[in-house]
Amino acid sequence: MGKRLPFGQRIKIGFQQWLAALPFIVAGLILMGMFTIYPLVRNIQISVSDYNIIANKTGGFLGIQNYIRMFLDPDWLRSLRNTLLYALVTVPGQMFFGLLLAVLINSVTKAKTMFKVITYLPVITSWVVASLVFKYIFASGNGGLINYIFMQLHFIETPVAWLQNEWTANVVLWIFGIWKGTGWTMIIYLAALQGVSQTIYEAASIDGAGSIAKFFRITIPSVKNTTLYLLTVLTIGAFGAYIHVMMITNGAPLGRTQELMNYMYNTAFTNYDFSYAAAQAVVIGVIVFLISLVQRKLSKETVN
Amino acid sequence: MKTNQIRYSTGHSTSQSKSHSKSHSKSRSLRKLPVYIGLSLFSVSALVVFLYMLATAMTPQSYSMPYPPILIPDSFYLENFKIAWNSNNFGAYFANSVFVTVIATLLIVIVSCMCAYAFARMKFPGRDLLFNLFLFSMMVPTLTNLVAQFTLLQSMHLVDKYTGLILIYVGIGIASNTYFLRSFFLGLPHELEEAMIMDGGTNWTIFRHLVLPLSKPAIATFGILAFSNTWDEFLLALTLIKTPDKRTLPIAIKLFEGQHVNNWSLIFAASLIAIVPILIIYIAFQKNLIKGGALDGTLKE
Repeated sequence: MGKRLPFGQRIKIGFQQWLAALPFIVAGLILMGMFTIYPLVRNIQISVSDYNIIANKTGGFLGIQNYIRMFLDPDWLRSLRNTLLYALVTVPGQMFFGLLLAVLINSVTKAKTMFKVITYLPVITSWVVASLVFKYIFASGNGGLINYIFMQLHFIETPVAWLQNEWTANVVLWIFGIWKGTGWTMIIYLAALQGVSQTIYEAASIDGAGSIAKFFRITIPSVKNTTLYLLTVLTIGAFGAYIHVMMITNGAPLGRTQELMNYMYNTAFTNYDFSYAAAQAVVIGVIVFLISLVQRKLSKETVN
Repeated sequence: MKTNQIRYSTGHSTSQSKSHSKSHSKSRSLRKLPVYIGLSLFSVSALVVFLYMLATAMTPQSYSMPYPPILIPDSFYLENFKIAWNSNNFGAYFANSVFVTVIATLLIVIVSCMCAYAFARMKFPGRDLLFNLFLFSMMVPTLTNLVAQFTLLQSMHLVDKYTGLILIYVGIGIASNTYFLRSFFLGLPHELEEAMIMDGGTNWTIFRHLVLPLSKPAIATFGILAFSNTWDEFLLALTLIKTPDKRTLPIAIKLFEGQHVNNWSLIFAASLIAIVPILIIYIAFQKNLIKGGALDGTLKE
């Protein structure tokens, strides 16, 4: 146990350290404080009061009225269900295809960069544009590309009205989520794979293990840390995704495909019910935070 | 700290193929065939969307869907692009997006680098607490703050002004970039810095002349990501910018879709104009980006 410096001296040193660090962090702290931290707090405040957007005044104290309303709101509950399903499908989907892609790319020597660039393209394509194309591809009627291909391949007899039905529309949204994100997961897994030693694979080959066995027995366990990290990040992303819903279905049919973010946005800017929207924002934030915590805890346990 | 070194992927499968080259090279190529088929499938599924957009944009305007669907355009028809560019201030929206995105990206990169350096290399009381605050802000989806951000800007009279929009973009872009850049900086070797300190270098000189030049790949990677996210940002731009003249591209595309419903040729022509800058920047800077190496260091915390 070292000897601690006297209190006065510690304050002085701390102060000097702050002076040194301040030029570097002051801009970031102010901006982040104003536009990320402060809104979090303000949301809570708005959610429990009667908020008037014109006057930017918080009126009477409403207590947890908005929150009770939320948990009894069938539309909100449905959007929660949709978001959870979306996360449940697209997060593992992106991870699986991303890892598969990374393994494939890692094992070839020619055209590596080309494949990487091509499969990364969906990631950097604008959400707005990509959603529009998907809307077009999955259009009803036999002119839609998917319908056309499926009918040519005799998967289906008549064209599917993808976006007109609740569950087919959800499937389109899920496919979009996986399509858009897989390239990014791939890049992350590629980096992780660089750290896996080749000797294990060679030993397994000598023992007669096939590719599939190697994939499941060696590759997947080796990238466990990455997988857990991705689980958290992708889940946060899944809860925050809204553009594709807005552009592809806009909640149709009848608001049944809405997800949490879209519902919140409509509450605020279509219904002008800002305190209810703020309450939704708080709840979404808490849900995501809890999920992240749980995942972090799980990952610490498996690592140990 | 070898694990955090920048690693460029130069085909780490060479050790694997070396052992395989002992076997017949013919069977090695055949063995690779399913891999190439798999990769091609993935590539096709990624590309088909773009090809479809391109093909549709290059067919003369049609309000009904071409049947059978076109994947390869009949001719090099560029009229749609001209019409799209000239209609409704599209060119102006493009310029607006360039202006806002470039400035916001520059600011994001500068501020994030400085913060990341402080968190990575400097000691001050409360540093870890503050950093956890940054982390915490990353956990909540950015959209949840929309209402409060709007009211904040309103009280500062910055609604419908680019200053407000850019400030918010920078504010929300800092957290994750700082996080990743800090990880990267942590992985830089200490010896050079120590040499500089002995030569009398201050934090600023180390930052400016040592850390920054070494970090070019990381800065390029995250700069491009920040650029692409800002370029594509939709809801904040929609909510905060009211004057039609000042709108940015994502809004323009949506308006386009609403206005020219079902005229997909035109819509996709406009869309392609919107996404081309990012694609060009990304493909052009491919060589300068870390091939996953930066993220490698990130995850090893």
